[in-house]
Amino acid sequence: MSSFTAEKEPRPKFRNLNFPLLLSYRLPLPGVVSIMHRISGAALFLMLPLLLWLFDLSLMSELSFERLRGITSNFFFKLLLVFLIWGFLHHLVAGIRYLLLDLHVGIDLKSAHAGAIVVYAVSLPLAFIASLKIFGVF
Amino acid sequence: MVRTVSGIGSKRLVVGAHYGLAGFIGQRVTSIVLTLWIFLVGVSMLFGPLSYDTWAALFAPLWMKVVTLIALFSLLYHAWIGMRNIWMDYIQPVWVRLSLETITILWLIACGVWSVQILWRV
Repeated sequence: MSSFTAEKEPRPKFRNLNFPLLLSYRLPLPGVVSIMHRISGAALFLMLPLLLWLFDLSLMSELSFERLRGITSNFFFKLLLVFLIWGFLHHLVAGIRYLLLDLHVGIDLKSAHAGAIVVYAVSLPLAFIASLKIFGVF
Repeated sequence: MVRTVSGIGSKRLVVGAHYGLAGFIGQRVTSIVLTLWIFLVGVSMLFGPLSYDTWAALFAPLWMKVVTLIALFSLLYHAWIGMRNIWMDYIQPVWVRLSLETITILWLIACGVWSVQILWRV
């Protein structure tokens, strides 16, 4: 224990974050993945009625299917869809990482950081491809 | 056993180990169901062009309706656990938190009832 008490500068302790502290706190990458997992989950929950409505339109009849095509041709709606799909993909990929962490796969500090990078390396390109598809590039 | 005190009365144990374990397991199980469903639908849509006929045909068989309904109910339970965690973490006044939790439950039940109609209308 003596080696710890000899430490000159005590490490900063963050017991509870308040707003000014929040701005100076540098969240590690796995932490960014974590809070984005929560934000995307909450956003998907809030948008659930919209998604169910779109699902309903897609299945009800050929007429409603065409109506769905009309709605989704709107630029701002496409933008909303891009954000929702990005949020969903982040939630999915980060969620798979959490399942692996539950199985103690990639749990140490170094591989947890690498895993966080993999989450972005997978979810961001997929979201980009989806947005290209939504905006009719291919 | 940890819970030597009785389950009711003023000495009832309302915090500690075990509380939340069901939610923890439920969150994981439903997430696996949802991931499998997403891959099932995603792979099915890879074959052939996406039109109303192919899309509606995918959800026409009874087994697909049942599988999709299980996935949707999993989604609702998954969303409930997640939203409950968010309310518990950020909303301190008990009556506000209970109100938000109540609204969340009723909202999710409504979505569940709606999703039955969506699926069985195809």
